[in-house]
Amino acid sequence: MKLFRIQGGVHPDDRKALAAGEAIRDIPLPPFLHVPLQQHIGAAARPVVKKGQKVRKGQLIADADGPISAPVHAPTSGTVVGKKKHPAHHPSGLPVLSILIEPDGEDRWIDLEPCADPFALPPAEVAKRVAGAGIVGMGGATFPSAVKLNLRDRFELDTLVINAAECEPYLTCDDRLMREQAAAVLDGVRIMAHALGVKKIIIGIENNKPDAQRAMLQAAAEFEEVFVVGLPTRYPMGSEKHLVQVLTGKETPARSLTAELGVVVHNVATAFAVHEALRHGKPLVSRVVTLSGEAMARPGNYRVTLGTPVSFLLEQAGGFKMNPARLISGGPMMGQPLPEPRAPVIKGSNGILALSAAEAADHPEQPCIRCASCVSACPCGLLPLEMAAHTRAGDLEGAAKAGLKDCIACGSCAYVCPAHIPLVQYFNYAKGELTTREKTKLRQMETKRLAEARAARMEKQKAAKKAAMAARKKAQAEKKKREAEAKAAEPDNAQAEAEA
Amino acid sequence: MLAAIFCLLILGLTLGWLLGLASKLLAVEGNPLEEEIEALLPGSQCGQCGYPGCSPAAAAVANGEAAVTLCPPGGKALAKDLAAIMGVSVDTSGMQDKAPTTAYIVEGMCIGCTKCFKRCPTDAIMGGPKQIHAVFADACTGCEQCAEVCPTECIEMRPIRPTVQTWYWPNPAAQAA
Repeated sequence: MKLFRIQGGVHPDDRKALAAGEAIRDIPLPPFLHVPLQQHIGAAARPVVKKGQKVRKGQLIADADGPISAPVHAPTSGTVVGKKKHPAHHPSGLPVLSILIEPDGEDRWIDLEPCADPFALPPAEVAKRVAGAGIVGMGGATFPSAVKLNLRDRFELDTLVINAAECEPYLTCDDRLMREQAAAVLDGVRIMAHALGVKKIIIGIENNKPDAQRAMLQAAAEFEEVFVVGLPTRYPMGSEKHLVQVLTGKETPARSLTAELGVVVHNVATAFAVHEALRHGKPLVSRVVTLSGEAMARPGNYRVTLGTPVSFLLEQAGGFKMNPARLISGGPMMGQPLPEPRAPVIKGSNGILALSAAEAADHPEQPCIRCASCVSACPCGLLPLEMAAHTRAGDLEGAAKAGLKDCIACGSCAYVCPAHIPLVQYFNYAKGELTTREKTKLRQMETKRLAEARAARMEKQKAAKKAAMAARKKAQAEKKKREAEAKAAEPDNAQAEAEA
Repeated sequence: MLAAIFCLLILGLTLGWLLGLASKLLAVEGNPLEEEIEALLPGSQCGQCGYPGCSPAAAAVANGEAAVTLCPPGGKALAKDLAAIMGVSVDTSGMQDKAPTTAYIVEGMCIGCTKCFKRCPTDAIMGGPKQIHAVFADACTGCEQCAEVCPTECIEMRPIRPTVQTWYWPNPAAQAA
């Protein structure tokens, strides 16, 4: 299959050897599971269980709220202790609402409803079951997968691309999954293609994972619509739009979906979750997480029950070899620091890295010399140095004009920057600040509307009062007039009576 | 000599007549600057600036009577926008962005007097006579008018805390400084 070029990108040392050789191992259940209501992009799920209620593994504990949302299921059987605030799996470490479950140790499933032949189901029904299983994009973006499967209604689709590039250094969870569960992954992929109604499937795997490539090729041998493609090892190959460009040669327009080119991209771990959901009726309650980094005592890949605190996971995996300079959730390029190890593993956590001081390579920021290394590294064709200069000067509109909204925060620019400028942090700050300003503006408009509505109501009330007052006055005047007339008529009557 | 005087006289009269006509035909009602400024102000008529509402405040700014830093809920961002419109330079370094707050009613102390929700400029308080009142945090602008009228001082202004949804990375430039 012919591959196309993308611009920019970097070649970081992949460091996959640390964990790639380790087969996926199970982690025992922790004493308590903290299951956040929001583990996906969109609206948080709405809890449907009560305090003290007994739940079984896979039972719905919070339902999707709105079209872009995902339900949450009990990761094991046990008792719901309550709805508590617990540190989020997020760089802020702020508390979020989570359902606290005390496992009973039996790990008893609900009555599963397996489906013998998912290909006999209508596509909409497959998407519905995927949504019901709480499956979200497991590459880290956590966008509800069913919404993406339903894109067939809005676009002419022809290809399903499975993102198995795993271009982030250190991470090996997708690699191991493909090596160990190739048949199941492929089944999930084919079910997704059926749901999308596409004929062509491309599974893109970077060339630094030859074993995974071999396993997938073997599994896909009997299906001629499935192409397993080796991708050049280059970061950020796993970026959705760049992957599609490499495979099809077509560039996705800025701020639009790859679906406009007829292509939908799903992650390989998502495919496995779809297989579990459709074939066995099991909702998404666990995932494979890579633990790696030089400070990790036993780097490896672990199947972790969702809601397990990261600290418990680290403890079970042997803890640290040395004090880590940095604890990161995700890969070293796009991952975020994890200030709170008590935070639980969620649907989008693909790796936990404990980096040594040498790996973290913390350097003080130096002035920009406009060498433009970042410009040649940017895979989106932007000017990171310009965007950062505008942001530093407080001119966020200028940064937005220079392409801030097209930045995918891949970190290639910061990786090559000889002055060690934290470029991505500038961009993340600028994006956040711009969003906040937009929200403030909306809020002000809403305030104005409310204030005007109130003013109008007050005016109406005043007018009504005035009208009522006028009516009362009029009624009184009329009454007086009538009385006066009656009085005037009385003497006449008396006279008439007298005459009679 | 006469011709020159005559020429200038005619020219002057014609141009004067044209100007007079233009001022009648192209007359602008109200001060456009005032409207532009009012559009920027929050519009909650909270009165924290000392003017009875946003529209008198806008008039005062447009006339140069009030400083562009008059609006506490608008904060630094608004002061900068107003300064740009008015063409003045503004020093916002001394201005403290008051952290956004919302009203919160301590229910145990609320006697249901209805004073606060009658005063609220955005109808952000719900309640009835002798019923506990409650605040719709989303509609509250933090103008503190309700707190002023509460006879039992049961209304607290609580800062809005960042959530996972609203949090974002701090500015690295500010951190380094």
